[in-house]
Amino acid sequence: MKAEHFTVRQFELSGWPVRITSYRIGTTWHAKADNVSPGATIATATGETHWEAVADATEKARKRLAATRRFR
Amino acid sequence: MANYAHNEVLVSTEWVSQHGADAGVRVVEVDVNTASYAEGHVPGAVGWAWDSQLCDTVRRDIVPKDAFEKLMADSGISNDTTVVLYGDNNNWFAAWAFWQMKVYGHADARLMDGGRVKWLAEGRELSTDTPSPAPASYKASGPDNSIRSFLPQVSAAVESGSVELVDVRSPEEFTGEILSPPGLPETCQRGGHIPGASNIPWVKACAADGTFKSADALRAIYRDAGISGTKPIIAYCRIGERSSHSWFVLKYLLGLDNVTNYDGSWTEWGNLVGAPVSRGA
Repeated sequence: MKAEHFTVRQFELSGWPVRITSYRIGTTWHAKADNVSPGATIATATGETHWEAVADATEKARKRLAATRRFR
Repeated sequence: MANYAHNEVLVSTEWVSQHGADAGVRVVEVDVNTASYAEGHVPGAVGWAWDSQLCDTVRRDIVPKDAFEKLMADSGISNDTTVVLYGDNNNWFAAWAFWQMKVYGHADARLMDGGRVKWLAEGRELSTDTPSPAPASYKASGPDNSIRSFLPQVSAAVESGSVELVDVRSPEEFTGEILSPPGLPETCQRGGHIPGASNIPWVKACAADGTFKSADALRAIYRDAGISGTKPIIAYCRIGERSSHSWFVLKYLLGLDNVTNYDGSWTEWGNLVGAPVSRGA
C-alpha cells in the first residue's frame, strides 16, 4: 500500500495562504489543509473521490480561518 | 546528508526503507494530527500521541519519568535501541519527542529527514498494521534540564540580556497580529513576543520537500537574524514543539552547545500577569 496521486496546491482562503495536500491510500482519498506558515494543520478530510476530500477539507478550513481574529 | 555538526542524528527516508526493520532499530511516528498514523505509516512503526503519551496529562509538564520509561518499554525500546522519529508538519512533534528523549538521556535518537510528507510523496510502502513489540526493559536518566528553560530563567535572562532569545513562531504571532496560528484555538491572553527576542520562524530551516536545509544555509539564516551563538540561546514558540524543531537545528545541525527549549513558551508568557510584552516587528 502506498500514497498515490500525491499533490500539493497553495491558494488563498479567507485572506490566509493555505496549502492543500491530497493523496489516495487504498480506496480512500485524504486531504489536509494547513496554514503554510506556521504550517499547522487546520482541517483534514477523507472521501471516496479526490474532489470530495479536497472540497470537504477546504470548507472546514474556510470556516476555521474565518474565525481567526487579527489585531492591528 | 549535508555537512551538519552531528550528521548521526538524521537519517534519510531511503535509510529507513533499508534499515527500519533491523534488529536494534525502532521507528516511531509522532504527529500533530494524531489520526494520521492510522491512515498508513512506515511499516513496523510504532505511533505515539503527543497529547497523551508525551506530556503529563494532569499538570502542564513533559511526560513524567516513570511514564516515559513505560512508553519506551511498551514500544520495545531498550536503552541501546536506535530510535528513528518522524511525523507530520515537518517533524514538529517528532522533534518534541526527540527533545524529551534527550531530557531523559536516550543515547541514540534520530529524525527521519523530511518526515511523513516526504515518505508519502515518494510513494514508499505504508502499513495500517499496529505492531505489538515485545516489551523491553528501560531505565531513564535525568531529567537533564540543561536543555530546558523554565520561566524563572527566561525572566532573569530578559532582565539581564544575557541570552539570545529565538521566537520561532510565524511573523503574525510574533508581532501580535494574531494570538495563535490561523485556524487554531487562541490559548493566550495577549499577543506579541518576549522583549529582545528575534523572530526566526521554524519553517525557514526546511526545504520545499520538508528536509532540512544545508548547514551553510541554516547558519546564514541565524546569522542574518542577529543570532551569534556567543551567548546561551533560548528557543520558544507557542507550546514548545516548534521550538523543539529549532532547538534540534541549533544544537545538532549547527552544533551550538548552549541551547535550551522554553517549552512553557508563549502560552505561558502570554498569560502572565505583569510580564513585559513587545508588539510589532
